[in-house]
Amino acid sequence: MTNHWIDFANSDVILIMGCNPASNHPISFKWIQKAMDKGAKLICVDPRFTQSAARAHYYTALRSGTDIAFLGGMIKYILDNNLMQEDYVKNYTNASFLVNPAFKLPAENNGVFSGLVDGKYDKSTWSYQTGPDGVILKDPTLTNPNSVFQLLKKHYSRYNLDVVSKITGTPKEGLLEVYKAFASTGKADKAGNILYAMGWTQHTVGTQNIRTMCMIQLLLGNMGIAGGGVQALRGEANVQGSTDYALLFHILPGYLKTPAASLPTLSSYLEKNTPTTKEPNSLNWWKNTPKYMASYIRSVYGLNATLEEGYHYMPKVDDGANYSWLALFDAMYKGKFTGFFAWGMNPACSGAHSNKVRQAMGKLDWMVNVNLFDNETGSFWRGPGMDPKKIKTEVFMLPCAASVEKEGSISNSGRWMQWRYKAVDPPGEAMPDGEIMTEILYKVKELYLKEGGVFPDPITKLTWDYGPKGADGKIRIYDPHAVAKEINGFFLEDKKVEDPTKKGVFKEFKKGDPVPAFAWLQDDGSTSSGCWIYCNSYAEKGNLAARRNNKDNSNIGLYSEWSWCWPVNRRIIYNGASVDINGKPYSMKRAVIWWNGEKWVGDVPDGVGNPGSGRPPFIMKPDGVASLFGPGMSDGPFPEHYEPLECPVEKNMMSPQKNNPVIKRWDKKGVGSELDEVASCDPRFPFVCSTYRVSEHWQTGVLTRWCPWLAEMQPEMFVEMSEELAKERGFKNGERVVVKSARGEVEAVALVTPRFKPFMIGDTVIHQVGIPWHFGWITTADRKYNPGDKKAEIFTTGDAANLLTPTIGDANTMIPESKAFMVNVVKKGVK
Amino acid sequence: MDVSRRGFLKISGATLAAGGIGISLKPVEAYAQPLKIMYAKETTTICPYCSVGCSIIVSTRNGKVVNTEGDPDSPINRGALCTKGGSIYQMAVNENRLGKPLYRAPYAAEWKEVEWEWALEKIAENIKKSRDKSFRTTNDKGEVVNRTEGIASVGSAAMDNEECFTYQKFLRGLGLVYIEHQARI
Repeated sequence: MTNHWIDFANSDVILIMGCNPASNHPISFKWIQKAMDKGAKLICVDPRFTQSAARAHYYTALRSGTDIAFLGGMIKYILDNNLMQEDYVKNYTNASFLVNPAFKLPAENNGVFSGLVDGKYDKSTWSYQTGPDGVILKDPTLTNPNSVFQLLKKHYSRYNLDVVSKITGTPKEGLLEVYKAFASTGKADKAGNILYAMGWTQHTVGTQNIRTMCMIQLLLGNMGIAGGGVQALRGEANVQGSTDYALLFHILPGYLKTPAASLPTLSSYLEKNTPTTKEPNSLNWWKNTPKYMASYIRSVYGLNATLEEGYHYMPKVDDGANYSWLALFDAMYKGKFTGFFAWGMNPACSGAHSNKVRQAMGKLDWMVNVNLFDNETGSFWRGPGMDPKKIKTEVFMLPCAASVEKEGSISNSGRWMQWRYKAVDPPGEAMPDGEIMTEILYKVKELYLKEGGVFPDPITKLTWDYGPKGADGKIRIYDPHAVAKEINGFFLEDKKVEDPTKKGVFKEFKKGDPVPAFAWLQDDGSTSSGCWIYCNSYAEKGNLAARRNNKDNSNIGLYSEWSWCWPVNRRIIYNGASVDINGKPYSMKRAVIWWNGEKWVGDVPDGVGNPGSGRPPFIMKPDGVASLFGPGMSDGPFPEHYEPLECPVEKNMMSPQKNNPVIKRWDKKGVGSELDEVASCDPRFPFVCSTYRVSEHWQTGVLTRWCPWLAEMQPEMFVEMSEELAKERGFKNGERVVVKSARGEVEAVALVTPRFKPFMIGDTVIHQVGIPWHFGWITTADRKYNPGDKKAEIFTTGDAANLLTPTIGDANTMIPESKAFMVNVVKKGVK
Repeated sequence: MDVSRRGFLKISGATLAAGGIGISLKPVEAYAQPLKIMYAKETTTICPYCSVGCSIIVSTRNGKVVNTEGDPDSPINRGALCTKGGSIYQMAVNENRLGKPLYRAPYAAEWKEVEWEWALEKIAENIKKSRDKSFRTTNDKGEVVNRTEGIASVGSAAMDNEECFTYQKFLRGLGLVYIEHQARI
């Protein structure tokens, strides 16, 4: 999130779209309610009338997969009615930038942007015009036809009410009501907020869904202010942290890029990955990349290797290659891996196209599965349709500690790093994950030292100083405090460093001193830091994540002394945009930062120079301004409506290009596998399907299905459908039915409600259904139980929703399109 | 006296049945039940489910969890919890929790309990074998890649920050590039 949970109370209008916080982040609704108690309006847009919708002042439905059409219409509404916050747009975005005249919009190019070649964009026309000094040419009046602003206006002029209504199935009055309510926050002293989650990300246009809303927030001046911003409601307690710490193929901790194969040295890596800018006032914070990368390498290899040696040891990703989730399981299905760690994850139920995932795991030689309970992944070899006698995979299911059985921190969606404590020992011989990985690492290291083998150095030279060591050189226990201190970082040598905020003032550090904040990190290898954005969390003031001061000194609910957040405890990021170019807060009553004559006070200031300095506040962008035009995206610098890959309409009503032109088509011959079938406009699968969650269960149910209180509240897999659909097909509420897709089928209880209504898409009636993804076969009654097997106290019914979802991912992130795919629903026993 | 939820319902049901009309007109003998958190040690934790980050007080006695409830001191949840956070007691006190490493041999139909030492040694041997077999110093273009192509990992948004950091350090130290988790899906 750019802001944080409590900050919701500062909003004047909150839009809930692509998420359902009342069900899935229930306590957050406390803060939404607080805003409403103060007069805020709540809007909910969702294919289904959700529990969040039940609380909203305005609700309207849209067909799954049409959010860009909906939001594009809002952009048009804002521009047509002059509702944008003009000076914010002029000064803080790239609206005034002049674009290459050769750039073409989809309207003039058959539904695609200029430069599409063989399913990939050559982005050379997505560039800016520059002067002889390399500085981008701008038109501050925003009237030049090649200005970003005029191109934006032209592009979204096609998103009129008629066409948007036809695509989304939303009545025009519904569209207008939402547009009017939200666009009212374009006034300088009004704050509009957007909450979203997987309802936006799980689409082939997922990233662009979110980008469209970011653009709206920029047009309305809502970014960087209290009660504004863009809030991702993340799904797991520490997915924010696990993302920050880069358990993803394409990044290193702190969002550094993983090294590409074409960059053989650290210096070549830094040259390629350190952005530069010609914009004279731009701070371009990522220019500090060399400091963060050098400090990261030190956190991995310490002084056991030089920086270049450490870089050399790091595994490289082939240029342009994609090793993300869908690619990973496709490779596994094709027999590419002998070994696999399913560590605290249940891909047999969470992976799109779970049948493919389950079969893929049968191709492995070995799997290590770490979890609290028996689960569909570790036990995949005895799941439905599996014949253990034919499956060679050796599986180790290792018992690990639950959250209350170890000490450490997690980061919530608001970036707040909160420390938590050990209450009891884990059961039996279960161990914290940190101990398990330590044991495995030591044993692997021993084998390499004893037997030799292929290039052992990257393993044997790893530092692992997480606690006092015994005579054998191994740490006795894995101490999370020691790890947290390594993440924060420390000096590896005595060093005198110039204060980054006070020229000519120097501070002396001794070897071992913690680094106070990331501005002090060095590029010469004299500092170590595991993750630069967490630098400051555990420095000379100690463990700031453990702070429990719940007094708030701001009047906007910052609670700056409860826990710690990244970066440097800044609670609202981009807050430099909450003041005008003279440093005056846009809203006095909701001021985030203000100048007291000598310095900025309030929240930790972000990006802002002294008042009147002219420094643009979006310091993480090389040019210092936020992007209305976004050439960094793989599928277009402006979001454009394309249909989901499995969709119910023959044509895209916006343009001749039906689907996102750069998505990877796993269903095409030679790309994915024979299992990767896709069925669009197929009479066998006439209903749009979307997945969602309920309050009582969490994710695949891998933990919650084993908790009797939760299992008895929600024991059954169900398919929610409209009364109209039930009548058409003769389903009764509570009847057992089967939901089928081109990839699999799942039994479910029919849940007939008025919460879904059929959509009129053009002249056609389209039905949508919804299924929760919490269920799995391991806690069912009718499966084989061997002696000694764990048996759930309360049985659940049904298997994973993901048995139905397709192998197709977003064009930028490859997140699977689980929110819009096609199914059929039939009575049980009927083909 | 530890009374489970369903146990409580049974007791109150029996009382009603004995009363006949649902209330008793006889003087009631008051029984003061001791607080179940009497003499308990308290620690705080953060809920492991969604990403709101509600704070929870865990009460333990003699090394066992006797109660969990919302922490009123947290500015985020102020003592409130949803059904999942409210039932975290059952994640800790649950006889189905795994307590011993399990092993499934190739082609076997059952799990077998094994010792940690044995499991860890086999796992390490497997890792070394897979790594030595699939390690590539250079790719097809001749660029230095130093990566282990034959092992993949998924996980975990359920681990602590510190564990996530050391886990990626461990995996990248082994040379893995196929590293993914919940954030991708």
